[in-house]
Amino acid sequence: MREVAIPISDDVIKSLKVGEPVTLTGVMVTGRDTVHKWLVETFIKKTRAPQGDDLQVYEALKPLLAGGVIYHCGPVVSGMEAKPPTGTMEYKFVAAGPTTSIREEPYQADVMKHFNIKGVIGKGGMGPKTLKGCQEVPFVYFHAIGGAASYIAQSVTKVLDVYKLDFGVPEALWVIEVKDFPVVVTMDAHGQSLHAVVEEQSNKVLQELLAKA
Amino acid sequence: MPDLTDEILELIRRTSSDLPADVEKRLRASVEKEAPGSAARGALETILKNVELSRQNSTPICQDTGTPIFYVKYPEGWSTRKLRAQIRTALAEATKRSYMRPNAVDAIYDKNSGNNLGGDDFPYIHFDEVEGDELTIELMLKGGGCENIGAQYSLPDSRVGAGRDLAGVRKVVLDAVQKAQGQGCAPGILGVAIGGDRGSSYLASKEVLFEKMGSLNADPKLAALETQLAEEANTLGIGPMGFGGQTTVLDTKITGLSRLPASYFVSVSYMCWAYRRRKMVVRENEVIYD
Repeated sequence: MREVAIPISDDVIKSLKVGEPVTLTGVMVTGRDTVHKWLVETFIKKTRAPQGDDLQVYEALKPLLAGGVIYHCGPVVSGMEAKPPTGTMEYKFVAAGPTTSIREEPYQADVMKHFNIKGVIGKGGMGPKTLKGCQEVPFVYFHAIGGAASYIAQSVTKVLDVYKLDFGVPEALWVIEVKDFPVVVTMDAHGQSLHAVVEEQSNKVLQELLAKA
Repeated sequence: MPDLTDEILELIRRTSSDLPADVEKRLRASVEKEAPGSAARGALETILKNVELSRQNSTPICQDTGTPIFYVKYPEGWSTRKLRAQIRTALAEATKRSYMRPNAVDAIYDKNSGNNLGGDDFPYIHFDEVEGDELTIELMLKGGGCENIGAQYSLPDSRVGAGRDLAGVRKVVLDAVQKAQGQGCAPGILGVAIGGDRGSSYLASKEVLFEKMGSLNADPKLAALETQLAEEANTLGIGPMGFGGQTTVLDTKITGLSRLPASYFVSVSYMCWAYRRRKMVVRENEVIYD
């Protein structure tokens, strides 16, 4: 299976095609509903003024996301209580499968463009706005296996950091190191989407079924 | 009345980390239906590896440990107030032990409680007093991805040409499966309720998911429709994860309710492949897990 290292170059992104299984190795950041809304409102559309540590987190995220990967994931994390006597945190990903990506459809392309992110991991695929962004930025959509949370957590070798824990454990930005993280490319930088194809074909079958009886 | 907190904690651990045998059996049978080397087959193989790993390590099958839905059947003399408190204590402890993800978010203030306890609505607990001396607690964990693609239709529905009869029910259920695509973590299990009001209909579509897979519906008309729907849904070609393939739906369960003359609701609860439901029975001093 093809191995892809993070950060990812534009050349590598353009060489990835729909249907190709790959493994990812490097550093990625989790981010889902709250994060996408917060990023777009605070830093991209600027309809909301930065508050608290917003600007510090933004600066810390920029180098992590440039050429990097964002993962739609709300993990189960152990080690949420500080270890006595040093008070250090020993976070560990216990279960970490993908969440449904389509909820980020209004935000995704703008976030990818703003931070120059090269890959988004999730499940269920995304829509036309994101597919257009895949070509423009460019970036690809990597599909992980939904529900395979214990299995995928094994590819997370280390939790490096966490931002915005006040969003709650599932919604925080977890910075993680992964090794051989298994995914399939289902939307590429050439305008191809496996999800659009399956939807169209299944709709054709549905119309035939509805025409009966 | 005994304190069942530890036993309920064990029920939660089992439900989150150990997929029931009837579900695993269906998943294993599906692998053979998918073409070797296909993304669909790869997805099912990964799913099965994950099932084994979660069981071995007592880790959640899916990180979305869902809405905890408890159904408690208690004999006369038990205190539902105390049982509720025990369930809540066990759930908070299960969250601390990483069997469960903190999943209760205040919808107005957007705050995660951190321990899976919201108001009286979270976890969802339903109590029924029953005859005899056995107490049973059933638990279902239903993730948000599949919950989001649940659908309710009010018949007639001209968009799909569905009238107020079982032929119409067939049409709207197939429509719901096609609309869901892979979003609810296909292959899915369909819970369907016909009739009721909007609330009772949705609730019944979830309750029917407590039934074992492969058990035949006592109503021959519904049994036939269940088989037909699962077969026809699998011709849609959506496949595991929506990658395309033969396995879109593992099973269909249908139940009927009384309806008002004016209303004809069909509610579809889509359950993801991570179909987590377990039961414990308390009999004298013995606790039995299914």
